[in-house]
Amino acid sequence: MKEILVRPERCVGCRSCEIACAVEHSQSRDLFKALSEMPQKRLYVEHVPEHSLAVPMLCRHCEDAPCVGVCPTGALTQDSLTGVVRHNRDLCIGCWTCASVCTYGVIGRDRRARAAIKCDRCPDREIPACVAACPTRALIYGEVEEVSGARRAASALKLAQGVAASSR
Amino acid sequence: MERKPATESIDPAATRMLREARRAGLETAWDRFKKQQPQCGFGQLGICCRNCNMGPCRIDPFGEGPDKGVCGATADIIVARNLLRMIAAGAAAHADHARDAIIVFKEAAEGKASSYKIKDEAKLRALAAEYNISSWEERGDAADLANAMLSDFGRQEGYVTLTRRAPEKRRKIWEGLGIIPRGIDREIVECMHRTHMGVDNEPLHILLQGLRTGIADGWGASMIATEVQDILFGTPSPRKSEANLGVLKEDEVNIIVHGHEPILSEMIVEAASDPEMIQLAKSLGAKGINVAGICCTGNEVLMRHGIPVAGNFLQQELAVITGAVDAMVVDVQCIMPSLGGLAACYHTKFISTSPKAEFPGALRMEFSEERAAEIAREIVRTAVENYRNRDMSRVIIPREKSECMVGFSVEAILNALGGTPQPLIDAIVNGSIKGIAAVVGCNNPKVPHDHGHVNLVRELIRNNVLVVTTGCNAIACAKAGLLRPAAAKEAGDGLRGVCESLGIPPVLHMGSCVDISRILVVAAAIANRLGVDMSDLPVAGAAPEWMSEKAVSIGAYVVASGVFTVLGTVPPVLGSPVVTRILTKDLGDAVGATFAVEPDPFKAARLITDHIESKRKALGLKV
Repeated sequence: MKEILVRPERCVGCRSCEIACAVEHSQSRDLFKALSEMPQKRLYVEHVPEHSLAVPMLCRHCEDAPCVGVCPTGALTQDSLTGVVRHNRDLCIGCWTCASVCTYGVIGRDRRARAAIKCDRCPDREIPACVAACPTRALIYGEVEEVSGARRAASALKLAQGVAASSR
Repeated sequence: MERKPATESIDPAATRMLREARRAGLETAWDRFKKQQPQCGFGQLGICCRNCNMGPCRIDPFGEGPDKGVCGATADIIVARNLLRMIAAGAAAHADHARDAIIVFKEAAEGKASSYKIKDEAKLRALAAEYNISSWEERGDAADLANAMLSDFGRQEGYVTLTRRAPEKRRKIWEGLGIIPRGIDREIVECMHRTHMGVDNEPLHILLQGLRTGIADGWGASMIATEVQDILFGTPSPRKSEANLGVLKEDEVNIIVHGHEPILSEMIVEAASDPEMIQLAKSLGAKGINVAGICCTGNEVLMRHGIPVAGNFLQQELAVITGAVDAMVVDVQCIMPSLGGLAACYHTKFISTSPKAEFPGALRMEFSEERAAEIAREIVRTAVENYRNRDMSRVIIPREKSECMVGFSVEAILNALGGTPQPLIDAIVNGSIKGIAAVVGCNNPKVPHDHGHVNLVRELIRNNVLVVTTGCNAIACAKAGLLRPAAAKEAGDGLRGVCESLGIPPVLHMGSCVDISRILVVAAAIANRLGVDMSDLPVAGAAPEWMSEKAVSIGAYVVASGVFTVLGTVPPVLGSPVVTRILTKDLGDAVGATFAVEPDPFKAARLITDHIESKRKALGLKV
């Protein structure tokens, strides 16, 4: 299954992903009209000042998702096929147990609905809105195996070039 | 937002060349526009500030993140300041253009720029009278007028002279708001000062300076540019020509003049008709020399000489892709820096001429007033000699071109009406013409090319609204055949009757972007004749595909002049509810006109006809 993978070294902190996420989760799905709706984003570009880096943080849809395990009402469930962790607002009582166990801190709070709010990986879209909006391709949407495979091949090439150079 | 048809252009010539561009693997503005998607939401909403180095700062439009910049500026302050800077840049472009025209005029008057002659003596005298210069007999007096006009730029006392042309009631409103512009340069400088860190931080106060700067452009810089160019090059009068890429000729040397100033292009037109140059072209196998225009330089020579126009803003790259352009000669404004790389894929010489504007890949042949004719000849010679390098197998010229009637200066319109605006006023009063809409402005790949322009104009004339046009809208209308007297049959019965009796098109080409000043003069004349303010008239403005900062300045002066204006692309202001409210509502109380934003040209036409109807009702005219 495809995952949203982050390449923080490419992020320039423009927060386009955040805006796209908020717009995608609005009724109108239009930036200008969404202003009157105040939709909330579900991913966060975190600034890491120690390293002058911006890192987009979003739900990893962990395969052994702690939030799903601790949810007392069954509001959080995991799709056995896609691995997507879904949130059912009607069942959510806003106890924040999920937020307290989330390793990444990416479960947000919808104050109006008095419920948790999290990445749903844009079920209506082929490519999640944040990924589509990223101008530097810091966010990619692909199979872990493929992405890792490509990265492995690139690293192998660098390694091989090093070996070749030192043996010359 | 609603995206109309999925096409990139409604113009078959443009579509044909785009197909060729794709086939040849060449990149155009449309491709680059796609690569820019998604465009930054902060920028689109106008809520990023880069005015000092504590930033860049951004406001979270959804209210979760920062609601203030480092200095404490809110979204309202940031949006207002950014808009003011756009107005300043737009007004600066027109001001610089006007100043250059005056300098040529001055040097011509002093006998230093001998290539130029006074072509409209009557206008010279009339303008001298407006500037309180009583005698013009001597050459030195024309120089006095030039100096008087130049002093409007750095004026330290009083107000920009030609603002006196505005109706009395309008000037009273400006006076009440404290927005009669002082010096032209002063207002632009003050915009930059006010938007410097820690100066002006109240949105309405900032926007009023925007209106003042706009007025300095419309009733100052642009108006001066129009008048001086008429004096030097002749006031346009109706003539026929042709428009679209089909005006390029397979068997002639093609020279395109592109940009905004007629100062050099006038000389190029002259040099290209020099028998010696034509002979040279023939000796190299061409049948002659064909000069064609793009953008407002194109409009200037179209209006004055009937030089055909090859296209509007988004067609500049496509012209090169025809492979038939031997020289693309540019001056200033709206020239894509991509032209250099594109010209390098063909034999085309990309020649830049302005001391202000350098482009990668351009051959520099810098213009100077003193040697104008000589430089123009060098440029034409370069183009002619380059004809030999043209690869005929790569030449693809679309067939499309349309006839057009152009040249409707204020004087020409009055002439057509028999010397006074009365017949036009009568037609408005009796309802055969419901009102007048000024439809102007650029192209923008956010809108399918010409879709906004042509559909809005068609819809308006169908509803008996007389359309006056300038700039890239005028070229879009020319290509669509709307500038032919025969287009009257596309108009509603009332407008059709008026056009047919006068032998004019239902869409009147009034010139280049600086010539929107002509539209102000017409509107002021009608208002004065009726004894009302400009905001009382059944008139409206529209810029369906605008993109440039000049358009923002134009919008500011059109609204400040009391004319309701519909924009077809969204300006970067929606991040501030306060600024949005001021522009679309509060300005109505202050200056009697507001902005509206409507990307759909059919809905925009409705906004305009409704507005015109409400103004007719208020004046007690038949609806």
